[in-house]
Amino acid sequence: MLNVDSVSKKFGRFAALNGASFVAPQGGFISLLGPSGSGKTTLLRILGGLEFADSGSVRFADLNWLDMPARTRNAGFVFQQYALFRHMTVAENIAFGLKVRPRSSRPSRSEIRKRVNELLDLVQLPGLEKRYPSQLSGGQRQRVALARALAIEPRMLLLDEPFGALDAKVRKELRADLRRIHDHAGVTTVFVTHDQEEAFAVADLVAVMKDGRIEQYGAPADVRRNPKTDFVSEFLSV
Amino acid sequence: MSKRTFHKPTEDPIWLKALLAAVAVGFIVILLLLPLVLVFKEAFAQGLEGFWRAITDDDTLDSVWLSLAAAAIAVPLNTLFGIAAAWCITKFDFWGKAFLVTLIDLPFSVSPVVSGLVYVLVFGMQGWFGKSLADHDIHILFALPGIVLATIFVTFPFVARELIPLMQDQGRDEEEAAATLGASGLGTFLRVTLPNIKWGLLYSVLLCNARALGEFGAVAVVSGHIRGQTNTMPLHVELLYNNYDYVGAFAVSALLAMLAVLTLALKSLLEWRYADELAAIHRH
Repeated sequence: MLNVDSVSKKFGRFAALNGASFVAPQGGFISLLGPSGSGKTTLLRILGGLEFADSGSVRFADLNWLDMPARTRNAGFVFQQYALFRHMTVAENIAFGLKVRPRSSRPSRSEIRKRVNELLDLVQLPGLEKRYPSQLSGGQRQRVALARALAIEPRMLLLDEPFGALDAKVRKELRADLRRIHDHAGVTTVFVTHDQEEAFAVADLVAVMKDGRIEQYGAPADVRRNPKTDFVSEFLSV
Repeated sequence: MSKRTFHKPTEDPIWLKALLAAVAVGFIVILLLLPLVLVFKEAFAQGLEGFWRAITDDDTLDSVWLSLAAAAIAVPLNTLFGIAAAWCITKFDFWGKAFLVTLIDLPFSVSPVVSGLVYVLVFGMQGWFGKSLADHDIHILFALPGIVLATIFVTFPFVARELIPLMQDQGRDEEEAAATLGASGLGTFLRVTLPNIKWGLLYSVLLCNARALGEFGAVAVVSGHIRGQTNTMPLHVELLYNNYDYVGAFAVSALLAMLAVLTLALKSLLEWRYADELAAIHRH
């Protein structure tokens, strides 16, 4: 269970999150959907440990999630601008999370290499391990970022508008791949987007956000059939 | 239809190109190259032997060692301070950040003589701590510690100033990604931040070193000009020149110039050697 309970966060005087709450099953695929400034990225970054909530709580797999630092949460994070390590090759990028583990839990070199190759196959980029990020297209970079996040066998996969910088065709391909990878890995995935088509196509549960709150939450079909507020129906009709 | 000659919008007439090139080359020759050549010409005015005699003079050698010692202490410390300051300023948000940035620039904006005088005010016999330091037989002014302090103050901004815009430009994404992948703070710095800034860091350390060896004003105030003891290379040049020992003055100047040329050569060599890696980082 992922239980997000009235999480709030202010930046100076601006309330980015204003008591956001939702509950999702383990292994669920949740989309946070909303216009810019609705607080969806802030909520995601709080789940990843990159931002701290002022109040509220998050429980995940019986853990007091917000009390844990980012590095111990084992939550893979995929950034809109890829955030690949630019001085490392593709293989080194993917292996990073395994190489920084303490010696006792660090896999051997050959295991790491095997894991990197498996992940490259999974994201459909076999043979690119020696390239640098600067030698890849945007779509390829985001696939590498996804493989890097999956390498640590995350409990939770967090994606911040991962396809925002890509063209429509690549977006559709990656969207389908993401769903396939999610099902394969059995993680709980939270996916931030402002594109409703994307959110509805890929997720089990959609949370429509407005002004730091969750305006409506439910299965895509339900949300689309019965918009609870004017804001939701207007946002979905665009 | 008559045929018109076509000019590329970015192409200037040949005479203008030649003029601009001549002006640029002329400036470089007159302002940079000629003085450098003259320094070496004067240094060797009495032949190789005269040059050798000048630079193996005891007081001259002492000044070389003093300068190297001061730089060997000041440059590593400023490298550490500079990295720490740039890391704080670019990777975290806190109250008073703008003030801290201004403070880092201070040594660039005040005259070096003033910064030297500040140390005299603090550590001198008439200063705040002068009396108690003297009672404990601790010598800061007119000794190596004073020279090091003045050098640190004057060269403080070099590393931080170079790294802050570079690290700002690179953002925090990679560090955040490293944290979510389980890296510790130190691990993130060593594996992610440091490799990304190493070229800027190297460049700024070389510049910092060049300035530390060449600093005159601030050091002149705190050193006391004791021959063979507290005279650094630039101070020794002045002393020899004022004593009409032109070969000596220019020989020591030539040494300083050679250190500068060596610094630049080292930088160019590294840039050439790692050109591929550099390009990969910048194209990202």
